[in-house]
Amino acid sequence: MGLWFSLFTVVILVLLVFMGVGVVGLNSLFGIVIPYVALLVFLVGIVYRVGKWTRAPVPFRIPTTCGQQKSHPWIKANNLESPYNVLGVMARMVLEVLLFRSLFRNTRAELRDGPRVVYGGTKWLWLAGLAFHWSFLLILLRHLRFFTEPIPFFVNLFESMDGLFEIGVPTLYMTDIIILLAVTYLFLRRVVIPQIRYISLAADYFPLFLILGVALSGVLMRHFYKVDIFKVKELAIGLFSFHPVVPEGIGLAFYIHLFLVCTLLAYFPFSKLMHMGGVFLSPTRNLANNNRMRRHVNPWNYPVKVHTYEAYEDEFREKMKAVGLPVEKE
Amino acid sequence: MSNVPKPDELMGIDHKPPKKGWMDVPVDFKPGTYSYPAKGKNLKILDMPNPREWSPTDEDWKLPENWKEIVREGFKDRLDKYRSFQLFMDICVRCGACADKCHFFIGSGDPKNMPVLRAELMRSVYRKDFTTSGKIFGKLAGARELTEDVIKEWFYYFYQCTECRRCSVFCPYGIDTAEITMMGRELLHLLGCGINWAMEPVANCFRTGNHLGIQPHGFKDTLEFFADDIEDLTGIKINVPLNKKGAEILFVVPSGDYFGDPGTYTCMGYMMLFHELGLDYTWSTYASEGGNFGLFTSHEMIKRLNAKIYAEAKRLGVKWILGGECGHMWRVMHQYMDTMNGPADFLEVPTSPITGTRFENAKSTKMVHITEFTSDLMKHNRLRLDPSRNDNLIVTFHDSCNPARAMGLIEEPRYVIKNVCNHFYEMPENTIKEQTFCCGGGAGLGNDENMEMRLRGGFPRGNAVRYVQEKYGVNRLACVCAIDRATLIPVCDYWAPGVEVTGVHEMVANALVMKGEKKRETNLRGEPLPGKEDIEDE
Ligand code: SF4
Ligand code: SF4
Repeated sequence: MGLWFSLFTVVILVLLVFMGVGVVGLNSLFGIVIPYVALLVFLVGIVYRVGKWTRAPVPFRIPTTCGQQKSHPWIKANNLESPYNVLGVMARMVLEVLLFRSLFRNTRAELRDGPRVVYGGTKWLWLAGLAFHWSFLLILLRHLRFFTEPIPFFVNLFESMDGLFEIGVPTLYMTDIIILLAVTYLFLRRVVIPQIRYISLAADYFPLFLILGVALSGVLMRHFYKVDIFKVKELAIGLFSFHPVVPEGIGLAFYIHLFLVCTLLAYFPFSKLMHMGGVFLSPTRNLANNNRMRRHVNPWNYPVKVHTYEAYEDEFREKMKAVGLPVEKE
Repeated sequence: MSNVPKPDELMGIDHKPPKKGWMDVPVDFKPGTYSYPAKGKNLKILDMPNPREWSPTDEDWKLPENWKEIVREGFKDRLDKYRSFQLFMDICVRCGACADKCHFFIGSGDPKNMPVLRAELMRSVYRKDFTTSGKIFGKLAGARELTEDVIKEWFYYFYQCTECRRCSVFCPYGIDTAEITMMGRELLHLLGCGINWAMEPVANCFRTGNHLGIQPHGFKDTLEFFADDIEDLTGIKINVPLNKKGAEILFVVPSGDYFGDPGTYTCMGYMMLFHELGLDYTWSTYASEGGNFGLFTSHEMIKRLNAKIYAEAKRLGVKWILGGECGHMWRVMHQYMDTMNGPADFLEVPTSPITGTRFENAKSTKMVHITEFTSDLMKHNRLRLDPSRNDNLIVTFHDSCNPARAMGLIEEPRYVIKNVCNHFYEMPENTIKEQTFCCGGGAGLGNDENMEMRLRGGFPRGNAVRYVQEKYGVNRLACVCAIDRATLIPVCDYWAPGVEVTGVHEMVANALVMKGEKKRETNLRGEPLPGKEDIEDE
C-alpha cells in the first residue's frame, strides 16, 4: 500500500507542474513562491526539530561500547569504539557520519540445517548508502554554481572531477549515475527482501521516489530536454538576492525538477530524513565511555522512596543479634 | 524441559514474515514463550499501581479505568525527559540493519522480534498521538490507535527482549532498542502489567537487600557454609567479615553467586582470593545484592534499589567498593549509579592495597570490577597460580552483554582466564566481544515458564559454543555474570550438551596456591584434579 501510494503521489506532483506551468502558466508560483515557502518550511522545520531534541535532557550516560574500555595502562583501550575523551568521541562521530562505520560492521545471519546459524559479512547496504549520500552531497555542491557569482574554485574542481571521463556532451556526471543506481538499489532492496518489505512504510518509499524523480528530471533536462542554463542561473540568483525574476522559456523539465526539490525540502523536517540531524545527537554514540571516571549529572534527578538501613535493621535486629551480627541500636 | 521440542524441531522456522501486515497480526500467548505476570502482593510492597491477580491469556486484563490517559501521560513525560527516547522514536530509517541481529529473531523467526519492528510497536502509537502526519495519515504513516491489543502486544514483545543492546551496535544511528523496551516496560508498569520473575526479586531486594529474600542470618549461614567447604578442600580456615565497620573495601555481589551452583563456586573463589591477599574487606547483609532488577522495571526502580550501595559504604565507612561477577549489575554501576545516587565524595579513589594501583577509570564512582582488580594482581605477579590444576578444562569465554556493550570490559576477564588455565579458545568473531550473543534469559526472562523462548533466544550463543566444542573439545563456558551462570546451563544442555558453565573466579580459586594449604585433590566442584584422577578410583 505504502509503495503504490508513494509512487502515485510523486506522479501527481509531476502532473501538477504540467498543469500549473505547462497549461495554466503559473510560472511565478512555481518559480518563486513555492521555492521560498519550501525553503522557509525547511529551515524553520529543521531548527524546530533539532531544537526540540536538544532541549530534551540526556539524563544518563549510555554509550554503546564497541571495544575495550580504558582501564589499566597495559591494556590497550579502543578510543574509537569506546571513547574515553572528547577526541575519541569526535573521531567516532566523524567516522560514523562520513563513513557509516556501524553499517560497515553489518553481517547477515543465515540458518542452515543442523541446526546451525552462520554469519556472513554483507556490505551492500553500507556501500549503497555511502554512494547515495556522498553523490547527493557532491551534486548539491555542484549546484552551487547556479547560486554564486563568481563560482567558488572548489565547485569547479568537483565538477571537473565528477565529469572526468568526459562522456558525451554535455559531460555525463559520475555522481548522477551513481545516485540513480544507489537509489534504485535501495528501492529494490525494500521490495525484494521480505523482512525489509514487511517493515517498510509509505514514509520509506516516498523519499526514495522523490529523490529518484529529482535525479531523473535533473539528468533529463541536462541531456535530453535541454533547458537554458543561463536563465536558470538568473532565476536562482534572483531568488537568493531577494529580487526574484522569472525568465521566460526555461522549459518545463526545469520546473518539474525544481518542484520536486521543493517538495523534498518541505517534507524533510517532518520525516525520517531528519536522521541527518539526529545522527549527531544520539546518546549511544556521542558520549564518552568515561562513566566511572567522570560524574554525569541528570538535570531532573529526584528523590525516591528507598528502604533505609535503619528500617532494615528495625525489621531484622533480633535475628541479626542472635547470630552475632553487629547492629547500630541495641 | 520435557515439553520443549527437540532442537531440530525448534529450528524448523522460517524467517519470512507472514502475508498480513504486522498491525493485523494479533499476539498469541503461546505457552513456553511468555512469563507469568507480577503478583499483586509484590507490587503492593513497592507501592506500584494496579496490583491484582491476572493472566496474559485472560480476555480482560483488568486495566485501570483511565488506562489510555495513563499511557499517554507516561509517554509524554518520558519523551520530555529522555533525548534518547525522542530521538529513537523519530530517526529510524527502517534500513533493517538491526533486523537479524537479535537472538530472539534468529531463534524464533517472529518478525516482531526484529529490533526495528519491536520499536515500531511503540512508534506506531507515538505517531498517532504525538505527530501531525500520524494524526492525518493514520495507518499510511505507520500510525495506529492505542488499544488493549496493543498493550498485550507490548507485554509480549517487551518481555521478549533481553535489553542486551546487540542491535544498537549495528544501527547507523546507534538506536538502542533496549532503551525503547525499557520505556515500554515503564509504561506497562503504570498499568500494573509486569512479570513476576522480575518483580518478585525487586520486592525481595527492596525489603531484605537481595533478590532471593535471604535474611541477614541466612546470608551469614550461607557464607560460613562456604567457608567450611573451603576448609575441607584446602585445610585453611577463612573468616567471613560481615557488616564490618571501618573495613577498607565493601564487596558487593549478585545474589546468584551465593544462592545456586555454579555461582556458589565463584563465590567461594572470591572468598579464597581475598583471604589469600589478607584483604581488609567486608560483605554487607543490607547491600547483599549487586544485581538490580530495577533495570528491568523502570529507571526509578533502578535508583530505589541501587541507593543502598552508597548508603552502606557510607555507614560502614569503607574507602571504596569492589563488585563481583555480574552482568546487569555492572551496567547499573557503570551507567547509572553515580548519576542517580552519587556523588560518592565520601569515598576515596579506589587503590589496590596489594599493588598500589590507583583505578583511575573508577575515580568518580569509586567502584571497581573484580576482573579489573584481579587482572591487576596478576599483572603484578602477586598471586601464586598453578594453571595446570585447571587442565581438565577446555575453556571458552562468553562476553556477557552488559559488561561488553555498556562498559567495554573485554580484555580484563580474558587476561584473568589466560593466567589460570592453559586451554582457552575463542568462539567465532561475530559472536563475542561487542557482538556477543545474549544467554536468552536476561532482563527478567530467565524463568522456567518461558523456557521455549529462552532456548530459542539462546540458540545463537549455543550454536557458537557447539562450534568450539566440536572444533577444540571445549567443555567449559566461562562468564562474568550470575544470570548467565544460571541460564546458560539449559542453553548448553540443549544446544551443546557436555559443556558446563563456570564463573571466572571459580577457576582463579582452583589455580590459586594458598599459603599453608594442604595438598588439594579436587577442584571446588569436587572433581579430581588432573593427574589425581586415579585417587578417586581407589
Ligand atoms: S538499524 Fe537503526 S535505523 Fe536501521 S532499522 Fe534498525 S533501528 Fe532503524
Ligand atoms: S536489545 Fe537485544 S533482545 Fe532487545 S531487540 Fe535488541 S538485540 Fe534483541
